[in-house]
Amino acid sequence: MKPSLLEVDGLTVNYATMRGNIRAVENASFSMGDSEVLGLVGESGSGKSTLGLSLVRLVPPPGRIIGGHAFLRNKNILELGEEDMRYVRGRQISYVFQDPMMSLNPVKKIGDHFVELIRTHDPLISREKAVARTRKILESVGIQPERIDDYPHQLSGGMRQRVMIALAITLNPSLVIADEPTTALDVIVQSKILDLLQNLRKSFGMSLILITHDLSIVLERCDNVVVMYAGQLVEYASTVELSKNPRHPYTQGLLRSIPNIELKDQKLSAISGSPPSMLDLPKGCHFWPRCPHVMKVCHEKDPILVDTENGHLTRCFLYGGE
Amino acid sequence: MVQTEILKVEHLKKYFPVEKGFLEKLFTRTRRFVRAVDDVSFSINKGEVFTLAGESGCGKTTTGRVVLKLLPPTSGRIFFKGEDITDLEGRHVRLLRRKFQMIFQDPYASFSPRMSIGDAIGHPLQIHGLVSDRANKRKKVLQMLERVGLTPGEQFIDLYPHQFSGGQRQRAAIARSLILDPEFIVADEPVSMIDVSIRTTIIDLLMKLRKELELTFLFITHDLAVAKYISDRIAIMYLGKIVELGDKNEIFSKPLHPYTQALLSAIPVPDPERKRREVELRGEVPSAIDIPSGCRFHTRCKSPYKECLKTEPELVKVSPSHYVACLREK
Repeated sequence: MKPSLLEVDGLTVNYATMRGNIRAVENASFSMGDSEVLGLVGESGSGKSTLGLSLVRLVPPPGRIIGGHAFLRNKNILELGEEDMRYVRGRQISYVFQDPMMSLNPVKKIGDHFVELIRTHDPLISREKAVARTRKILESVGIQPERIDDYPHQLSGGMRQRVMIALAITLNPSLVIADEPTTALDVIVQSKILDLLQNLRKSFGMSLILITHDLSIVLERCDNVVVMYAGQLVEYASTVELSKNPRHPYTQGLLRSIPNIELKDQKLSAISGSPPSMLDLPKGCHFWPRCPHVMKVCHEKDPILVDTENGHLTRCFLYGGE
Repeated sequence: MVQTEILKVEHLKKYFPVEKGFLEKLFTRTRRFVRAVDDVSFSINKGEVFTLAGESGCGKTTTGRVVLKLLPPTSGRIFFKGEDITDLEGRHVRLLRRKFQMIFQDPYASFSPRMSIGDAIGHPLQIHGLVSDRANKRKKVLQMLERVGLTPGEQFIDLYPHQFSGGQRQRAAIARSLILDPEFIVADEPVSMIDVSIRTTIIDLLMKLRKELELTFLFITHDLAVAKYISDRIAIMYLGKIVELGDKNEIFSKPLHPYTQALLSAIPVPDPERKRREVELRGEVPSAIDIPSGCRFHTRCKSPYKECLKTEPELVKVSPSHYVACLREK
């Protein structure tokens, strides 16, 4: 077996809210290798962001990781102390948030964000050296080094997102998690930001988890894909395999509902019903009320994730799953 | 078939003045403007879906609002069924509003949280004095709810907006915009906030209603994949101007303007085995206050001519159903 970078097993995250417990992520297991691009796709509320945040242990309260393991290079990051975890964040895993305006400090120059980050993690480095390094990093993400003295509001949305990516790679982590990095951006800028993220793999050998609601982006840009629905991982496969041979009825429905501009006279169809409330999940398989292939057993039991063929995992009774 | 023109817009401009700071007010005389819509002309035929597409800030939403007379134009004329409506005011506009309606992007923001869905949908009927009593209003609202797929209507009419899912709420918004029996609808990004798995149902609903009620649509979107799915004709806007306009299939099969080409190449295609082309476009969209001279696209064009820096290209016909504003196509 290929040595893996990240090995997630049975990860479960619970939000204890006033109105009840929400299993935002339930028993998620997957793994990824070096310089791999993994897509994490799902609709709003499917738990994809919570899963991403739990890998850097930043799930906001009242959310709590209540079970499972996540091995990063054979070290369980869920058991690390807070001090060790801070070492992991930034240096081994870093996170790019959706809204760069919320994550950059409006009264701080762009360059100062970097200098602070570099010197916090390495207090011995001189300010001059940190500035020099910042200029190099900015250049590598396509920002002129002269912008180092600009404030965040002086940059366009696309450039701010480039700054966020630059911050994420400053300490040379082995894994970058990007959470909807292009949702607020126009399609041309989106395409360029995604090019940039993909190039990081080539130039720095990083792995990338791309969290998005847009299956088109995942199929176009990723090696492997995790499909989430209502807190559960329902399918895992390579993107080539998934697009040719989708197994889970939810994935099949999603693929039929996304437009492809390369096809002529494409007929789209939707999945009936709408995503369930996380406070009131259907008993048994979470997808059965919307599933065209629903069987009696689906109402009674929750299927488990099974390997249907060569690592193509599916959580559905149509393929075993008992 | 003779096509009747339902809406025509000629040389439409909408400029917004830029607020100046105190010192600037003291020392400068020039007023500056955001040229949100800068000389746009098009016409829409009855029963057609005409799409304005472009990136944020290109003026597509402003155009939609000016067309509906929600904003006064700076200059230009708007014709509805041959009648010049540009200068209509007061009561005359209200009468016109029955004939054209808008569907907004955000179904959460467009309903009052304290009004039941039934009241919200029936409200326009009251405003226009089209119903005599409550029972009559309720009957009409129920019919409309069923028409947009919220069946049985009795189950939904007394609920409040927060009790609806996103998709149901957008259906209710559609019901409200159709209750006055309009002929022309401006739909501004009606599906962009809706989850992918149910987006198609809303699009299909709009297209079904278009047939049943003989509606005409001005569809505004940034999503060209959706535009391709529903439109008859598409106009691509850049910095307040239409740079290319044509039959949907022509726009997608042979885009002529370099901006359209870049937009199309940037759309993600859900196919892992397809070879991706990089988007050939430099820089970022300039500010609508300082629009570049000549062709406003020349700062980003991959191969501008010298002339492009000086001459603003007109929208010229390249085929009976295809227009483009680019000097390279002369």
